[in-house]
Amino acid sequence: MNCGDEKIQEETRKILENYPQEKDRLIGILNDVQEKFGYVPREAQNEISKYLGISLAEIYGVITFYSRFTTEPKGKYNISVCLGTACFVKGSQAIYDRVKERLNIEPGKATPDGLFSFCDVRCVGACGLAPVFMVNDEVYGNATVKKLDEVLDKIIAEEKK
Amino acid sequence: MAKTREEIDEIRVAKRKELELRTNKNAPTTEKHILVCRGTGCTSSKSPKIIEELRRIIEEKNIPNVRVIQTGCFGLCSKGPIVIVRPEDTFYSHVKIEDCEEIVDAVAAGTKVERLLCKDVDGKTVESLDELNFYKKQKRIALQNCGVIDPENIEEYIAFDGYKALEKVLFSMSQDDVISEIEKSGLRGRGGGGFPTATKWKFVKAAQGDIKYVVCNADEGDPGAFMDRSILEGDPNGVIESMAIAGYAVGASHGVIYVRAEYPIAVHRLRIAIKQAEEYGLLGNNIFGTDFSFDIEIRLGAGAFVCGEETALLESTEGRRGQPRGKPPFPANVGLFQKPTLINNVETYANVSKIILNGSDWFASIGTEKSKGTKVFALGGNVVNVGLVEVPMGTTLREIVFDIGGGIPNGREFKAAQTGGPSGGCIPAEHLDIPVDYDTLLSIGSMMGSGGLIVMDNTKCMVDIAKFYLDFTVSESCGKCNPCRIGTKRMHEILTRICEGKGTPEDIPKLEKLAKQIKASSVCGLGQTAPNPVLSTMNFFKDEYLEHCTEHKCRAGACKAMANIQIDPEKCKGCGLCKRNCPVNAITGEVKQPHHIDPNICIKCGTCADKCPFHAISK
Repeated sequence: MNCGDEKIQEETRKILENYPQEKDRLIGILNDVQEKFGYVPREAQNEISKYLGISLAEIYGVITFYSRFTTEPKGKYNISVCLGTACFVKGSQAIYDRVKERLNIEPGKATPDGLFSFCDVRCVGACGLAPVFMVNDEVYGNATVKKLDEVLDKIIAEEKK
Repeated sequence: MAKTREEIDEIRVAKRKELELRTNKNAPTTEKHILVCRGTGCTSSKSPKIIEELRRIIEEKNIPNVRVIQTGCFGLCSKGPIVIVRPEDTFYSHVKIEDCEEIVDAVAAGTKVERLLCKDVDGKTVESLDELNFYKKQKRIALQNCGVIDPENIEEYIAFDGYKALEKVLFSMSQDDVISEIEKSGLRGRGGGGFPTATKWKFVKAAQGDIKYVVCNADEGDPGAFMDRSILEGDPNGVIESMAIAGYAVGASHGVIYVRAEYPIAVHRLRIAIKQAEEYGLLGNNIFGTDFSFDIEIRLGAGAFVCGEETALLESTEGRRGQPRGKPPFPANVGLFQKPTLINNVETYANVSKIILNGSDWFASIGTEKSKGTKVFALGGNVVNVGLVEVPMGTTLREIVFDIGGGIPNGREFKAAQTGGPSGGCIPAEHLDIPVDYDTLLSIGSMMGSGGLIVMDNTKCMVDIAKFYLDFTVSESCGKCNPCRIGTKRMHEILTRICEGKGTPEDIPKLEKLAKQIKASSVCGLGQTAPNPVLSTMNFFKDEYLEHCTEHKCRAGACKAMANIQIDPEKCKGCGLCKRNCPVNAITGEVKQPHHIDPNICIKCGTCADKCPFHAISK
């Protein structure tokens, strides 16, 4: 979700209304913010800091500690490659390497045009379909490098239309 | 509106009669229930759409007495999406949306859709679930209700003796009776360490404090393990009831479930279950009209492996970075918000209500001398039947991998099984006949862990696997203590060097020394066990380490830098499968003629070798 600073502040305040002003609520709040925006924007961090009376530095420390929280927006299509053990032994590293090679970005980052971002995840829970990768919430099972290429090519072709 | 004991009992009797067909093939009924798995695995392969479609068709065709029910995991994830028709137990695998109409028609006509019936490993079609080899050696206690009930309907849980154990302890057992029953059962912690559950309970009961907490550790962080998630998705009330029992036993009236936010289905079902339990008066004030009150709150984790460590979990629950606390004081005395706290894992709780109901003797009769009951494993990797299995403690690894798991696919050989995730070790073929229990696994350098069991075939490089786990530990080390933060990083560097073909023979003793130092000096369980995957592979597969370091060769062909992918013209039949699967079109060749790989184009992804049905491609 891309939106301006004021909108972010407003949406964050709505989330904060559901929580008492107790410091131990920080991770719950951050989970909601991450869910809402796809990342934890600086403006949201400011709002949380004021509300809970926790310094920005401390909030930043918590955000960077947990892998679910990110401080940069995701691309329109977020590719996540499962690197859980079950997927790894079935060859998901090759898929991971291929995404990195094709998109030419580091994990956690988005392409300059904002179309793609990618990350590794540790087990999406579909071990019966291993190896798997996901495009946003869609799971692609029994994946191969070839299948990944096809999915990426299709997205790129559709976006060019 | 809270229900009385009598009202709950009435629900139990009536609902049980209605659901008799779920567990009894000969139930006297004209009803049919079509059960569809809504665990994470089958949900990923679109089972929610199947449910929608089945319901739509039933309504459209106006078929009476047929209901579609969502359930938790049936276990055989690699056959998903799975649909089971009860009472006859017809087992359909790999069901697609297009198949729904045929299934509904068959159910209405009292017939079966032959082409969708599940096939066993030997290729034989099975008529019903219990004929599958996958289920024959299993014993479901923790998973008893998974795949049987609708996890979003508390009355279905109540029907199968739900909340009867809580009623029993509140009306006929003292706190000490409950703890003594758990002690006699021999139940040990299912989260990994295997600490006797009753001992923990005693400590917390003895601790002084106006407020005490009962915490459920549902931060299942082992990548590739999904036991706890499946229990929460399939039978959330089982955990809730047991937490209340634990609360009664130790004198706590608040419960907290710390669960990963990455488990949205589990979180959703827990929320529903807690709300329903409150509505029925099974959580909240004065449960069953007694003096006992107990509530449960959910706290979400956010993806940090270390938070499975109990004191890190407490830090995280309090909203901070999940860095472990020093021990002592132990959480039993100074835990959540500085109060005495009992922390048990999901699967441990899942066993509690069953022990109370069926008695400690029953539980203690299952398993081995020192490991009682069953253990749930998430069986994955290079094995035919990937899925969730529950076996009596002491079942051999061979039985799990070959009888239940159906062996290794693609005609390959078993190389190792990994238990205990990033804290455990690899078990080679020579130990296939060991009984799987806490102590035996420890004695061969692995550990029970939470239940991840990954099978590896002979195309896996053990050095590469060790590096994979270290890669995980390096990124998950919380950074609090130096041995873990810096030491695992240095170990990972050495392993990377070895896998890139730049290792030297001196690297091996260096790695071993470092591993032992990290084990001895890290603050918490994560660091103390992080070197295990390296030590166990070094112990059982030393040759491979030596080959990497002296000959710069990877016999499994997994280490890309040393890989030399070639097609053996003698073995190649020219089927073209490799050519079609090559992502960079590096393979050329005519049909029925030996194919050839252009090394200048090849990216060494190894897909061709994995796909070749004739094992003609070496890496």
